[in-house]
Amino acid sequence: MNSKIADRIATGIFTSLALIIVAVLVALFSFILIRGVPQISWEFLTTPSSTVREGGGIRDQLFNSFYILFITMLITVPLGVCGGIYMAEYAKPGKITNFIRSCIEMLASLPSIVVGMFGLLVFVNTTGWGYTIIGGALALTIFNIPVMVRVSEDAIRTVPPEQKEAGLALGITHWHTIKTVLIPSAFPGILTGAILASGRVFGEAAALLFTAGLSTPRLDYLDLNPFSETSPLNIFRPAETLAVHIWSVNTNGIMPDIREIANGSSAVLVLSVLVFNLLARWLGSIVHKKVTASK
Amino acid sequence: MALSARDRLIKSKKNNSYGELRGKILVTLCALIMITATISVTVFLTTKGLQSFLVNSVSPIEFLTSTNWNPLGDNPGYGAFPFIFGSLAVTFLSALIAAPIGIGGAIFMSEIAPSWGKKVLQPVIELLVGIPSVVYGFIGLTVLVPFIREYSSGTGFSILAGTIVLSIMILPTITTIATDAMGSLPNSLREGSLALGATRWQTIKKVLIPAALPSLLTAVVLGMARAFGEALAVQMVIGNVRALPSSLLDPSATLTTIITLNMGHTTYGSIENNTLWSMGLILLIISFVFILIVRYLSSRRKI
Repeated sequence: MNSKIADRIATGIFTSLALIIVAVLVALFSFILIRGVPQISWEFLTTPSSTVREGGGIRDQLFNSFYILFITMLITVPLGVCGGIYMAEYAKPGKITNFIRSCIEMLASLPSIVVGMFGLLVFVNTTGWGYTIIGGALALTIFNIPVMVRVSEDAIRTVPPEQKEAGLALGITHWHTIKTVLIPSAFPGILTGAILASGRVFGEAAALLFTAGLSTPRLDYLDLNPFSETSPLNIFRPAETLAVHIWSVNTNGIMPDIREIANGSSAVLVLSVLVFNLLARWLGSIVHKKVTASK
Repeated sequence: MALSARDRLIKSKKNNSYGELRGKILVTLCALIMITATISVTVFLTTKGLQSFLVNSVSPIEFLTSTNWNPLGDNPGYGAFPFIFGSLAVTFLSALIAAPIGIGGAIFMSEIAPSWGKKVLQPVIELLVGIPSVVYGFIGLTVLVPFIREYSSGTGFSILAGTIVLSIMILPTITTIATDAMGSLPNSLREGSLALGATRWQTIKKVLIPAALPSLLTAVVLGMARAFGEALAVQMVIGNVRALPSSLLDPSATLTTIITLNMGHTTYGSIENNTLWSMGLILLIISFVFILIVRYLSSRRKI
């Protein structure tokens, strides 16, 4: 009888621990959304931020976040997919492969502030670029590449071996099999992983503080020449992203409506990450249905 | 001039052996880039981090043990001990809070309600992972800090606030890995124990947790690694003072918060700036240590 009571108590404790987790999430989300969503308006999203006066928006920060994300993914996805192919298909068990695995593991566990410091040392000071979008994107690449490699490797490994063997049996080369059989089958997995990684990159701030900087020059959105100083597309300009903006407004901000801006920006940030998550699931399953015969 | 089929095949422009070589070079290059990145991170940060000791002759022992951090005074002191202590304190305390909740949630998902528990908790955890760290910091700043201020004598910026923010941040890390660990246990363990007449709790306590222990510890260590390296969320709520804290409600500082705050406005190459890089080196070394612990634990995994 005693052990039955203990069992009941334990079940109750485990259930309440699970409820705590759910409650934390519900509390966080409702807090962010209830306080933040009323701040979001077309005007908030399309006016530039102001350093001293009330009523600043987040136009430039929002653009910078997406632009840095775009450049980062442009570098990371090919590198990560190729790295994943190497690990899944070419790496032979042995010391070198173990070493590469350790490298990936180490990159994955680097604190993001350390990645930012490395970026400051190499992409800002050594190259002499100063705070730039490309410096930020390269730092984020270091931060993101282990995730991409792991995702691609897993996706390629889950392709049934019969498909690869069938390709090889037809007499086409290994690389050709990878290109025409393995990658298309692994594509849904890689896509889902890439979108989820995008969410992580989108919210990252510590690695960008010292690489992309805390300021944005005056931008002219009609100037699309990527080499012009005022062009938003120029990759050699400093750029404050949305996540960095939330931090800097809270720590150094002197405008009177700090809370409103931070509330609105947090809601935009969280909603964007939410959209990334939903998109990853939805697109992943659609593409999966398209490229495979499964229903 | 009719070529035989064999000749045509050999001379064919569609010969793919070049493609094979090109592909192999391409992916090997990517693997090399990863190795280069890792080595250059280590080498660059180590050389830069050692400069304060080698060039500015700050004593490493003073740096690691002294509590006097006063780089701008007449008699400058470079003791980073309060920050190292702060980092370790928030890391361990947050693991102390998050580990029971995370592992408990994992056991709930795998043992108590495997069917619907997972359907509810899995998305919840994925969403928690997705919340950016600055947002955690901002919520801590607007909710937690005023709340603690209300019920204590201090300003509210405290180790306690940092610990709570961090424990929520590392909760999903711990829960995810612990769930995988519990899920990978073979069913025969459960069935064997239940067949002996043990209750579910006895099975969990005496059979499943011991069997999964190395993996559960891995989950906690990875959570601690994340807590140790987190910068902005902690910086927003911990108060950032130089003194060694004497209670949970005292403000404090960690290695990451001092780096975040001071890196921007110290001159590159000055002694103070160089000591910040030494703190970065400590972060790097500790993250190595965490990897080593994880490796040791995974070598002890029984199942």
